[in-house]
Order: sequence, then structure tokens, then C-alpha cells
Amino acid sequence: MSSSAERDMLEVDLQHQLGSFALNAAFRAPQGITVLFGRSGSGKTTIVNAVAGLMRPNAGTIRIGTQVLYDSATGQYLPPHKRHVGYIFQEGRLFPHLSVRSNLTYGRWMSGTRADPALFNRIVEMLGLGALLTRRPGALSGGEKQRVAIGRALLAAPRLILADEPLAALDAQRKAEILPYFERLRDEVKTPILYVSHSASEVARLATRVVALEDGRVLRQGRASDVLADPAVTPLGARAAGAILQAKVARHHPDGLTELSASGLPLLLPHLDKAPGSHVRIRIAATDVIIAAQAPAGLSALNVLPGTVDALRPGGGPGAIVSLQTPAGRLLARITQRSVDALGLHPGMSCHAVIKAVAVAPDDIGGTEAAPGLPRDDQP
Amino acid sequence: MSGDGLLGPDEWAAVLLSIRVAFFAVLWSLPLGVLCAYALARWEFPGKQLLNGLVHLPLILPPVVTGYLLLLAFGPQGPLGQALAPLGISFAFRWTGAALAAAIMAFPLMVRAIRLALEGVDPRLEEASATLGASPLWVFITVTLPLILPGILTGTILAFAKAIGEFGATITFVSNIPGETRTIPSAIYAFLQVPGGEGAAFQLVIVSIVIAMGALLASEILARRMNQRLGTNSRGAM
Repeated sequence: MSSSAERDMLEVDLQHQLGSFALNAAFRAPQGITVLFGRSGSGKTTIVNAVAGLMRPNAGTIRIGTQVLYDSATGQYLPPHKRHVGYIFQEGRLFPHLSVRSNLTYGRWMSGTRADPALFNRIVEMLGLGALLTRRPGALSGGEKQRVAIGRALLAAPRLILADEPLAALDAQRKAEILPYFERLRDEVKTPILYVSHSASEVARLATRVVALEDGRVLRQGRASDVLADPAVTPLGARAAGAILQAKVARHHPDGLTELSASGLPLLLPHLDKAPGSHVRIRIAATDVIIAAQAPAGLSALNVLPGTVDALRPGGGPGAIVSLQTPAGRLLARITQRSVDALGLHPGMSCHAVIKAVAVAPDDIGGTEAAPGLPRDDQP
Repeated sequence: MSGDGLLGPDEWAAVLLSIRVAFFAVLWSLPLGVLCAYALARWEFPGKQLLNGLVHLPLILPPVVTGYLLLLAFGPQGPLGQALAPLGISFAFRWTGAALAAAIMAFPLMVRAIRLALEGVDPRLEEASATLGASPLWVFITVTLPLILPGILTGTILAFAKAIGEFGATITFVSNIPGETRTIPSAIYAFLQVPGGEGAAFQLVIVSIVIAMGALLASEILARRMNQRLGTNSRGAM
């Protein structure tokens, strides 16, 4: 991490009481996308609103680099219009009485800074807004509105971007339309991005870092792959658990399958529209992984990875989550407690993880910072 | 008496005076009406219910009572009348007094319409504006005000129509002086008091209907145009 990225890091430590709900969260968000991950009611939106200045927490500190946005000890509180954060709201919140162009330039206009036509054109092009500029928000589709909302936040030249479930109000097709733009933001923009989500696939695809929240507390934070592979971190419940693997597209087979290479181990997937050599992140849901004590034979499943059990976590019901260390990375498997007992699983034991090829949904596959598979602007 | 269909000089004087009275009544009460509506819609403060009551009082009180209270306060012997006299401002028995009475009687209608519009503005849009760097004043000017324009327009037209038609408070406060405080309703009343005045009174009745219908029509057309500008619904953030 470079020193400039450290300088612009968001640091949050706040306590807030809302009725019987107590929020007590401390975390940091450096450059890249930091996802606040948790189920509804875990305090995600409250945190983002506190960072934006729309809500004043009872106690704590909020800083971007050395600039104090809020400090209850010294009584410092910067009003929202002086914070320079670009907030992308779940419902867009475009100004209905202004054209798309005026919506986009609103932040510039308010801050009194001179318009930067080059930046404007670049963001309009990146978000594909050129044809919409003279329209009014009422005449846009949900996906278009959200793209304008992203552009509006970016063009305010923020020091920090906040995104509160920006895809939650969109259908699957629109989600797929917007997700690549966030990947490009993550990879092309130096500004830290704090992104609220309760969607495991969004987290898998976008997160550089994850802050897992549960009931107003930070369960765990760290690199996305570390946090998501922790069997103790299942903010959405064991059924939604899943690990992320980094892989490279090795080759496309004539039978319609794509072979990935995860640290040298082959993984077969339904055809992936990526060139051989491109890097991808895939999320493997814990419910799609089966554990075999011996190398299995005569199975229809195509992907079998050798590994060792490194942690076991009994679930609330009859299920359990097993964390496996494989050469391709850490995997989570959700199996029954009965199977754990029957196989005699214990930490350190060798076993095999069986993954069905069809188990990896396209929604859970994304480009990575290392080598995005997306078309980019040719920037000088 | 002018029986040939055109308005006579007295009727013309009444019509022009009414328009002048209503115009200034609305002009002066509009900023105050917006402020009052904003305070009632958005702020919490002690005495809010009292303010709300005061604003609505002219709607409920007999107009004669309002007129008499104005006379007590702004008359030559009244405390406000005496306080304003050195500044060269006087209301009693002058057309300015008619404008004041009309403004006070029309105020509740104006405030109600603007307050309703304010309550329809999505505060989340104002939050969005603040996060984009707009200070509270700029939020109001660039987001709130454009979104409540249809309500302001409705309130203005209603208040204008009410001001044109105000009778009870006006005649009590500033009497019925031809050329100074004799507005359309006072003139109709005066014509009906003299034998053979029905013709002139009827002409003014027609004029009243034309002004009222014209105002309503204008507000409808303008409101429709504004709503089109705002898209299908003005609340639509998404």
C-alpha cells in the first residue's frame, strides 16, 4: 500500500444506540472497495450515513486521512456538505427537476470548482451516459438512473465514495449491467470506496476488503478472501457462506467447458466468456462442496481437490461448516454434523473436496485487480 | 349608470383597485408564506402549534372580527399604527390597508398549499444535495424550491383570488371609500344599496367570475407544465 493511499484511508470507530440496537464498530477502508457485509439490520446503512454526516453517532471518531469528520471527544463535526464524500444511494436519488447533465455537474457547481471537461467526458464515457445527457431522470430506466447516480457521485471529486446497496433495487439483468462499472471504479479510481452489501456474490466479485457485521458489531475484517474463508464468519447464515478462489483461465474445451487453473490445479466450469490467461475470482458456495475422506471414484462431479481440514464449526442446527486448506486456496463446505462424525473429520485430517462444475454461477465470477478481463478506456 | 355593456369609470376604478390590492397583498405575503410553511413543515420549535393556530385564525374567525382587530392594531390610535406612522407607513382607510387585510385573510390558503408541497418533497433528495456539497441554503434554492414551485403557484393563485374577493375584513378595517378602498366586492355591495344599481353590480359579478376562472385556468396550465418538467411524479427519486 502506497503512502498516498494510507493518507486517504477512512478510519471509523463509532458507538451509537438506536432503541435497543447498539452499534459499536471500528474499521478502516483503504484504497479499493471495502464491503460492509451483513444482513439487514446489522447497522451497515447507519455507519455509511454517519460517515456521510447525515447521522450523528453518540460517540466515536471518523477520519479520512488526517481530516477529522467527527470526533465526539473534541466535539468536532463536519456538516455533510463539507465532507467531500460521493454518496451513491440505493434508490439513486437523482434530482427530478434537473437534466442528466445538470445532475452530473451538480457537485461541481455546488463546490464552486471549475468544471473539468476532460474528467466529465471520461466519466460520461466510462458509464455510457453520452446519449442520456439531455434527458430527465423520469425518462430513464432503473439501470440508467443508477449509472447517472454513480457518475454524479464521482464528478463531485470526492475523497471517499460511499455506496449503499447500489444494486439492491435492480433486477438481475440491471445488476449485471452495473457490476462491471464498480469493478472499473475499484481498479481505476484511487479513492477508497465503502460499499454496503448483503449479497454474497457482490462481495465476492467486488470486495478488496470485507468488514463483516453482525448485530452492530464487527465480526471480522480483512482481505476479502481471508474473511470469506473463515468458517466463523457467516453474517448471512451458514447457507450463504462461500469462499473465493483466484484462478486463471487455462483453456476452453470443445464440449463447452472452460478449464481454470487455480494455483496449478484444474477446475472445470461451464463456458466462461474470458480469454485464456485472464484472471478471475470465483466464489464457491459452501453448500456446493462435498467432502470425501478418500479420493472418490465414479462420481459425476468433475472437480475434486485434495485438502486438509483446518477448522470445523458446528452450526445451530444439524449442519456444520468445514474449512479446508487446498492447494487452490481455502474452501468452505457445509455438510451435516452427522457426516462430520461419520467421516471422523478433525483439524489436520486429509480429505477431498468435491465441487460440481455447475456450482459456480456466472454472477459469482468477476475480473480481478491483477488483470481485469473487462474492456477499458485507453487512458493516456 | 352605464347600461351599454362597457364598464363605467366607477366600475373600472373598482376592478383596477382590486387587482392592485390583490397583487401587492400576494407579493408581500409570498416570502413570509414560504418561510411560515417551511417552519411548520420542517422545524420543531416551542410555540409551533400557536403559530399554526395564528396562521389559520383568519380562516375561522368572522372576517368582521379580523377587520376590527386590524383596526384596533393599525388604526390611527392603535399601537402598531402609531409605531409605523413616523416611518410614513399608514394603513387605516387607505388602499394599503385593504392590501393588508386581503393578505391576512388569504395567508392561510397560501401557507396550506405551500406546506402541502413541502411535505411532498422527498427529504432524501435534500440529503443527496448536501452530500454533493450544497449548504442548507443552496439545498433549499436548488432542490426544495424548484420542487415546491407547483405548490407555490397554487398557493399564490388561491391567495390572489381570495384577496380579490375579500370583503368583511376590508370594509371593517378601511371602510368603503371610492377610488381608495372600494374593491370589487365593496363596489357590488355599494351598488346594491342604491336603487337601480343592479346593472352595475351585475357587471362586476361577471368581472369577478372572469378573473376567478382565468386565475384557475392559468394555474392549471402552469401546474401541468411544471409537473411535466418534473417527470411523471415529483417524488420519484428512483
